Amino acid sequence: MDIAVTKKKLGLKERYALMTRGLGWEPTYQSVDDVFPMDSFEGIKIHDWDAWEDPFRLTMDAYWKYQAEKERKLYAILDAFAQGNGHLTLSDARYINTVKLFINGLAPLEYMSHRGFAHIGRQFRGVGPRVACMMQSLDEMRHAQTQVHAISNYNRYYDGMANFRHHHTYLPYLQVPRSFFEDAASGGPFEFITAIGFAFEYVLTNLVFVPFISGAAYNGDMGAMTFGFSAQSDEARHMTLGLEVIKFMLEQDPDNLPIVQKWLNKWTWRGVRVLTLVAMMQDYMLPKRVMSWAEAWEIYFEENCGALFRDLARYGIVMPPCVEQVRKERDHLSHMAWCQFYQARGTNNFHVWLPSKEDMDWLSAKYPETFDQYYRPRFEYWAKMEEEGTPFEAATPPQQCQVCQIPTIFPVAGDPLTRAEHSCTHDGERFHFCSQWCQEIFEDEPEKYVQAKLGAHELYKGNLFGDADPTAEDFDPMAAAMAFLKLTPEDSGLHSDSRDAANFDLWRGLAKANEA
Amino acid sequence: MTIIANAPYDFTSNDRQEDFRGAMLVYVGWARHMMFASPYCWPLPPDMPFGALVEGPMAQAFAQHPDWEQADWSTATWTRNGEPFTPDLSKSLADNGLSHKDSLMFTTPGLDGIGGMGF
Repeated sequence: MDIAVTKKKLGLKERYALMTRGLGWEPTYQSVDDVFPMDSFEGIKIHDWDAWEDPFRLTMDAYWKYQAEKERKLYAILDAFAQGNGHLTLSDARYINTVKLFINGLAPLEYMSHRGFAHIGRQFRGVGPRVACMMQSLDEMRHAQTQVHAISNYNRYYDGMANFRHHHTYLPYLQVPRSFFEDAASGGPFEFITAIGFAFEYVLTNLVFVPFISGAAYNGDMGAMTFGFSAQSDEARHMTLGLEVIKFMLEQDPDNLPIVQKWLNKWTWRGVRVLTLVAMMQDYMLPKRVMSWAEAWEIYFEENCGALFRDLARYGIVMPPCVEQVRKERDHLSHMAWCQFYQARGTNNFHVWLPSKEDMDWLSAKYPETFDQYYRPRFEYWAKMEEEGTPFEAATPPQQCQVCQIPTIFPVAGDPLTRAEHSCTHDGERFHFCSQWCQEIFEDEPEKYVQAKLGAHELYKGNLFGDADPTAEDFDPMAAAMAFLKLTPEDSGLHSDSRDAANFDLWRGLAKANEA
Repeated sequence: MTIIANAPYDFTSNDRQEDFRGAMLVYVGWARHMMFASPYCWPLPPDMPFGALVEGPMAQAFAQHPDWEQADWSTATWTRNGEPFTPDLSKSLADNGLSHKDSLMFTTPGLDGIGGMGF
């Protein structure tokens, strides 16, 4: 028989200290600089790591408990969704393409974020930020997993999702989000946390989550909505951490200000360029729309982030100058992006369509300054070409920006009919950019961006042929590239011609009516 | 500026001309014809006549636009990387002074896209 031992219970504060800061130790047979070799080369000066204020009071044992509870709820709903053929309750089959964009474009970024936070959770010499980064690393892993699990319910029935990991690595349009995160992950720990923890998770997070998660709720996607809500309390923690890191750097040494400002300028722009995909999704891909990109920008950037930057002004931080251009592009961004995806549809792994008359009326109401003048005539002309049986499609790969990797689709800000051209030479080679801002990012670290793998160039170098023999007599380069990319004809093209559209109608019909 | 790194940082560019097996990359866009969402990209032999670029790859990319057949190459104006440029259509790309990854933009006076809307 066990003898009961009376244990002294720890107070909350004591327990917290022991379970976080108490987990660190002073090395004795190695110097601290050798143990943490990566947290000083970027030039950020930290004099007192103990001045770090933990932005949330969470210990590992409590963390497991909360997350396990959330998982139980999430998987109960996902199971119910799958067993009840939840995919047939969607507003419209076009919505599924939003899910494809999410699994291919965003879920792999959660995993990248997991890796990035695991890395910096090792590299910061302060115990407080290390513990916080470790928890965020686990959150991000959980988000990637739950997203993959939730969306696997769609993958059983629809195209374009089965190869999401391979497509994220190789498909040209997915190089935009992928290169964004690789750029951050290949920076030092302070740049990474500024890029992801602050610029992406704090400044831009609502512009990502509201369209996708509210979009899911509006369009009957219980699965995506649930993982969104399950991630929400984590996101709140991530935002607090991002902001705390910025304040910590700025309070520790005045020399940190120009470095932090440079990163904010860079990562606000990099983030907004990635959000081109979200803007397009919001305005064109949701059958039942939540709000326009322009409205989301006004609320979540101009109002919320305007207040944030005013708050940071006391440290000397100013609004990134690129925001002026984002404002000028606000009423053009989603339209230009959809025009690009429509014509490059042979290399997408989701389907596209021309907006209906009703869609276009919504767009002209939301974009009275631009839609009818510039974009409605384009869609009407292309609709005529579709009707005539000669749909417009680009047969040639586009020029891409060396930094954000988006095709150079952007016009001169304020002059929507003139294409912006920005280029420079480095080491005798010419490089092209979508904008002055991407060019400035390149010129700050050209040695990094000359290594970019751009889709068209990789194709032309023969890097997308897999095991096929380019010297064989019957070699078909496009067929070899499609095989290597694992892109099937069912994955791409027009929604109206797709197997997804046909199956959705068939299955929904069977679910709602009796067979004759 | 140069990169700040914690170790020697020496990597070659990913897109040097020698990586394209003798070809050079050329980008071409058509001003005031926004139907084409961006300039396009081709690997071309440097000894290809400029006229063959117009009649071959460019025609293939741009001929879906009804303005293409009306384009008058004797009045068309060009820029290269944003600077004025006057190609000789009978000479090769190399003899026209084109370099790897040059970006050309051409304007066809009098042709202003569908309905004159720059599209």
